Amino acid sequence: MTRLTRRKLTNSIVLTLSSLAAVAGLFMLTWILGDVAWKGFAAINWDFFSKLPTPPGVKGGGLVNAIVGTLLMTGVATCIAVPFGMMSGTYLAEFGKNNKFGNVLRFLADILVSAPSIVIGVFVYLILVKPMHQFSGWAGAISLAIIMLPVVSRTTEEMLLLVPAEIREAALALGSPYWKMTINVIYRSASSGILTGVMLAVARVAGETAPLLFTALNSPYWMHGMNEPMANLTVVLFNYAMSPYDDWHRMAWGAAFLITMTVLAVNIFTRMVLRTKGRTS
Amino acid sequence: MIMDKQAKFRKKIEMKRENEGMELGPHKKQEMGEIKLSIRNLNFFYSDKQALFDNTLDIADKRVTAFIGPSGCGKSTHIRTYNRMFELYKGFRAEGEIWMDGINILDPAIPALHLRRKVGMIFQKPTPFPMSIFDNIAYGLRLYGGYSQDEIAGRVSKALQDAALWDEVKDKLHYPGTALSGGQQQRLCIARALAVEPDVLLMDEPCSALDPIASSKIEELIGVIKEKITIIIVTHNMQQAARVSDYTAYMYMGKLVEFGATSKIFLNPDNKDTEDYVTGRFG
Repeated sequence: MTRLTRRKLTNSIVLTLSSLAAVAGLFMLTWILGDVAWKGFAAINWDFFSKLPTPPGVKGGGLVNAIVGTLLMTGVATCIAVPFGMMSGTYLAEFGKNNKFGNVLRFLADILVSAPSIVIGVFVYLILVKPMHQFSGWAGAISLAIIMLPVVSRTTEEMLLLVPAEIREAALALGSPYWKMTINVIYRSASSGILTGVMLAVARVAGETAPLLFTALNSPYWMHGMNEPMANLTVVLFNYAMSPYDDWHRMAWGAAFLITMTVLAVNIFTRMVLRTKGRTS
Repeated sequence: MIMDKQAKFRKKIEMKRENEGMELGPHKKQEMGEIKLSIRNLNFFYSDKQALFDNTLDIADKRVTAFIGPSGCGKSTHIRTYNRMFELYKGFRAEGEIWMDGINILDPAIPALHLRRKVGMIFQKPTPFPMSIFDNIAYGLRLYGGYSQDEIAGRVSKALQDAALWDEVKDKLHYPGTALSGGQQQRLCIARALAVEPDVLLMDEPCSALDPIASSKIEELIGVIKEKITIIIVTHNMQQAARVSDYTAYMYMGKLVEFGATSKIFLNPDNKDTEDYVTGRFG
């Protein structure tokens, strides 16, 4: 065997192995998505979006309380995490680039990003649920906000740092104070990037189960406010999938389908935003 | 309201000068005519590293002064002291005096924001803000406040005309500034700087990112706007310096080697190093 044929052989072996690996990965992904779509879509009907859950054995019913609960808690979490995250990201990018406080903050944010979400759930359980003697929607929203905060903060920082130094200097050279430059020019330049970060953070918490198990818990009833245990899709999915009832299994597939599609839609939307941004600038 | 602020500011400076018995800046009348800026013993430090050494020269009013020299000689560093842009970065500091209209602009008591209204700046790469063409030009005006909508619209169109961009963009003022071509973007930035009516315009290699046709348009523009304001341009292109400037400063290793009328610097320099550089034997 000459060197050339040996090299060609090595090349084709490695190429085949890596192609197989790619196919295997994609196969698992399509399998999961296909299974969820197939079984989940069957459970989706108008009742699913409009009716409350029924006890096992009673036909029909839906998950309207869980859908609204998830939307509500994710919404409140976003309202808390986005302003705090954006402001801390702005601090990190504009003022804390090289000082000690900034470095410590950045390090802590990185740790928080990779902290297991169940730890955050237990933490909120200890500081909110236990003192208040009650699981609540607020506690759920706050645990989700804590998970979002470092994601929003770090993406904001990265997006602001991508804005070229000349743009900053140009605004300052016109006599703009630093804060006006940041708000009028830098935020605008980075707006689509920051929006992407926010959307990805939303997508991330939309699928969280562990922190909600310890905070919002679950409820089969319609909510009267955020101050009581609150139904949500992920915990419902968890409980229903573990139950022995076929009806509940079907509901769980429906919930899985809804969550997966929402996260998928958010990701596709952010990609589209990024692509249009790339075209115009 | 703006006038108020300016008047107050001027008064403050005058009072300060009286209190401290500060003498007026060295406004020597040479053969140059009116002097706009007098730079005296300017030293500059990037933290510990000294980048400028005792630069002393006068910049003529309503003329074009070019700074030439090899890369890293301190040209940009030098002109970035005129609007104190270096203050943005930690550890950068300037020593010496820069007198403009009887005020030492390096004096920390002078607010940089006021100074920068009088001294505009154009950068190497065009820097349109992520907003419409109109809003780009109006940015400075809105920043200072005190203009009615009509005044802003009038000044925007005047600035665009002054920057020879009006005919190309008059029908698309609401388009994003980033949608223009490179040369148009650079003229947009010039219009933006002119809109607030500065006394001095700093241009830091304004054509180095542009093609020859766009560059020649900028050069033409410089010839027109110098009737109203003082222009200081840093350039790598010696032909450009020879074409557009009235005075030329040759810098090397942070030192001002030679300064004089452009014709003299290019045709009959006193210094051997200057001659080597402008004839292309060095640099």
